[in-house]
Amino acid sequence: MIYDDIARRLQEGDEDQVPRLVSQALAHGLAPEEVLEKGLIAGMNAVGVKFREREVFLPDVLLAAKAMHAGISVLKPKLAQEGLPARGKVVIGTVQGDLHDIGKNLVAIMLKGAGFEVVDLGKDVPPERFAEAAEKEGAAFVGLSALLTTTMPVMAKVVEALRSRGLGGKVKVMVGGAPVTQDYAREIGADLYAFDAASAVERAQALARG
Amino acid sequence: MRPKLRFLSDDLAARIVSEARDLLAKVGVAVLNDEARSLLSDHGAKVDLAAGRVTFPPGVIDQALKSVPRSFKLYDVLGVETNDFSEDKVHFTPGSSTINFLDSGTWAIRKPSSEDYVRYAKLMSRLGWIASQSTAFIPTDVHERVSDSYRLYLSLLYCEKPVVTGTFTARAFQVMRDLQLAVRGSDAALRAKPLTVFSACPTSPLKWSGVTSQTLLDCARAGVPVEYIAMPLTGFMAPVTLVGTLVQHTAETLSGVAISQFASPGAPALYGGSPAAFDVRYETTPMGAAETQMTDCAITEIGHSLGFPTQAYIGMSDSKELDAQAGLETAMGATLAVLSGINNVSGPGILDFENCQSLEKLVLDNEVCGLALRLARGIEPKDDFPSTPLFEELNREGHLLIAKHTRKHLKGELHYPGPVIDRANHGRWKEEGGLPLLARAKREVDAHLKAYAPSRLPAAAKADLTRIMESEARRHGMDRLPRRPG
Ligand code: B12
Repeated sequence: MIYDDIARRLQEGDEDQVPRLVSQALAHGLAPEEVLEKGLIAGMNAVGVKFREREVFLPDVLLAAKAMHAGISVLKPKLAQEGLPARGKVVIGTVQGDLHDIGKNLVAIMLKGAGFEVVDLGKDVPPERFAEAAEKEGAAFVGLSALLTTTMPVMAKVVEALRSRGLGGKVKVMVGGAPVTQDYAREIGADLYAFDAASAVERAQALARG
Repeated sequence: MRPKLRFLSDDLAARIVSEARDLLAKVGVAVLNDEARSLLSDHGAKVDLAAGRVTFPPGVIDQALKSVPRSFKLYDVLGVETNDFSEDKVHFTPGSSTINFLDSGTWAIRKPSSEDYVRYAKLMSRLGWIASQSTAFIPTDVHERVSDSYRLYLSLLYCEKPVVTGTFTARAFQVMRDLQLAVRGSDAALRAKPLTVFSACPTSPLKWSGVTSQTLLDCARAGVPVEYIAMPLTGFMAPVTLVGTLVQHTAETLSGVAISQFASPGAPALYGGSPAAFDVRYETTPMGAAETQMTDCAITEIGHSLGFPTQAYIGMSDSKELDAQAGLETAMGATLAVLSGINNVSGPGILDFENCQSLEKLVLDNEVCGLALRLARGIEPKDDFPSTPLFEELNREGHLLIAKHTRKHLKGELHYPGPVIDRANHGRWKEEGGLPLLARAKREVDAHLKAYAPSRLPAAAKADLTRIMESEARRHGMDRLPRRPG
C-alpha cells in the first residue's frame, strides 16, 4: 500500500523517496488530501509516538519532518485550498526581556513538522507585537516562551494585548518554558501548556481538532 | 602529591585552541553591542557591520591574552580573604539563579520567596566547605525589575561570604555595584578586594548578546571579576563530539576575554562554562551526564593552559528530589572538579538541571564538597618513615588508638563529615530514630538556622544597603520591600 510506504519512508527520514512516492500516488490518481492524511501525517504521528516512547530520538523526528516537507512541496500545488487543512497558523516567540530561544525554536520546528504553519517572531518580543502579528496573520495559535522568572509575567501581558484587540478566545494561547507551569497557564488564561516540544504538538493538534 | 586528572593531552588541548583561533579569524562571533564592537575594532578585530559579526585576525587574541591576570582573590564583607583563585586551588559555590526551590517539608518544587532566600543566606554562612555564596534563586515576591539586585542585597545583609552573581538586564549593574560600594566603602577598596563575581553568558553558537557584552564592559571597568559561561549544547547548538564542542566553547570564551581585556587590561576573570550533553530523547540539558562533566573538566584544562583561573557548572543533579540520583551525579561531578583543579565550582544545592535549589541538598552537598576536597590533599607521608618503630609499638600495645603518632595526625589525616552522612552502626542508627537522609538533612538545616549568628557587617553599612535597595524598589513602583524575617 503506497500510503504505508510513504509513512514508512517518512519515518526513516528519507527526503528523496517521500516526494517520489507522493508524486507516484498523485499519478495514480489518489486524492492529495488523502495522501497528506494517510501518508505524510500518519507517518509523522507514528514518529511522534515512537519519540515519546524513546524508541527514536529528536534528530529522527526532525529528519522525518524534513522528509514530510519535501512531500508537502509536491502536494501543495495539488491541494484543493492553499495551505494545509485543519492545522492552522502559529505565531510564536520568546517574550520581551528574554533571550532564551532554544526551546522555542524546537517547538517551532516540531510544529512545522506536524504541518502547522509557523510565523516565528524571534526572541525579546514585546506583547503588542504578538497581538499585531496574530491579527495580521490570522493566527489560530500564539505560542509564548519564557525561561526567566522575571520574564514569565510578560505572558499575562500578551494575553491582555490579545484581548484588547478583540482576539481573546479566538486565538488560542500556548505557553511553555522552564518557569511556566500548568497552574500558571490557567491563572493567566492561556489555553495550553506543554512541557516539551513533542507534547506541544500533540496538545495543539488536539486543541485544533476541538 | 596533589592528585590530578586530565582528559586532554597537551597536544589535543593546543589543537583545540588553535582551531578556535582559526574559527575566530574566519567565521568570527556576532557581537550585538555597539560599544563592544567598536572597542574590538579599535584593537584590530574586523567588524562586518552589516552582518554584525566580528572576526579576529591572529594577534588580536594574543594581545588580549597578554593582560589576563593568572589569579585573583575574593574577600568577604569584612574584607577577609576567602577564595584564592590560583593554580589548582578549588572552591565551591552554590549553583546560581534557579527558578524553583525544593520546599522543606512538602518536598514539592515551587517558586521561591524572600523568606526562603533569607533562610538560604543564613544557612550559607554556616556551611564550611562552600567558600562563597551565590545569588542562588530568584524570590518571586519582589518586582521583576529588582530581582537581580534584591538577591544580592539579601545576600550581603545576612551572610558574610563573597557572592557569585549576575544581572538579568543591563541596567541592573549600577545598583548592584552601589550595593558593593556600601559594603566596601569606596571604589578603590572594592577594586582592591573583590566581593563578587558576575556571570556573563555568550549565546551559543558564537554570539555575545547586547546584555552580556554590556556585563563584560561594566565589570571590566569597575574592576569586578567576571566568569565567562558559554553553554554549548552538544549535538544541538554545538557539534555532537566533545572536541568539536570544546573548539566552539574556546572561541566563544576567547572572544569574551578580548572584550574584557580591551575594556580594561588586567580585568580579573574566570575561564568558565556550563556545557551540556543535550539529551535528544528528552530535549533536556543534563548536568549529570558523563560527557557534560568531562567537558567541564576539559574547559579547565584549556583555561589553565592559557593562564587563567577557571570555573564550571559541575557537581549538581538533574533529579527532582534528594535521592540516590541526586547524590551520585553531584558526587561524581564534585570529585571530577576537585581532581581537575577547577578553581570555582558552581554546583552545590542544585536539582532539576539548573532549575531548582534546595537547602537540604546544600547541607548534603557541603559534605560532598568536604569529601572531595579531602581527595585534593591526596596521600602524603607524615612521620611514616622509617615505619618499623610504629609497628613495634602496635605489636607492643595491641592498638594505636592513643599512640603519639595517632594523636598527632588523627584530625589532619582523616576527614570527618557531619551527621548528615550516616556512619553509625545499624543498632545505633535504629535507636537514634532510623532517620533517612532527607530527615537528617532537614534536621541539620534546622540546627544551622538556629545556630545562625548575624553578619558582622557594621550596622551603618547594613543601613546603607537597605537605603539603596529601598530607593531602587521605589523607582520600580514598590513602596516597600517584602517584610524580612528577623
Ligand atoms: C541554554 C541556557 C542559556 C543560553 C540560551 C541560549 C539560547 N539561544 O536560548 C544563554 C547562555 C544565552 C543563557 C543566558 C542567560 N541565562 Co540561561 N539558561 C540556559 C539553560 C541552561 C538551558 C535552557 C535551554 O535551552 N534548554 C533546552 C531547551 C530545549 O529546553 P527549554 O528551554 O526548557 O524548552 C522546552 C520546554 O520548556 C518547552 N517550551 C519552551 N518554550 C515553549 C513555548 C511553548 C509555546 C511551548 C508550548 C513549550 C515551550 O519546550 C521546549 C522543548 O522541549 C537554562 C537552565 C535549564 N536547564 O533550563 C538556563 C537558565 C534558564 N538561564 C538562566 C539565566 C539566569 C540566564 C542569564 C540571565 C544569565 C546571565 N546573567 O547572563 C542569561 C539571560 C539573559 C536574558 N535576558 O535572557 C537561569 C534562569 C534564572 C531565573 N530564575 O530566571 C537558568 C534557569 C539557569 C540558572 N539556574 O542560572 N542561558
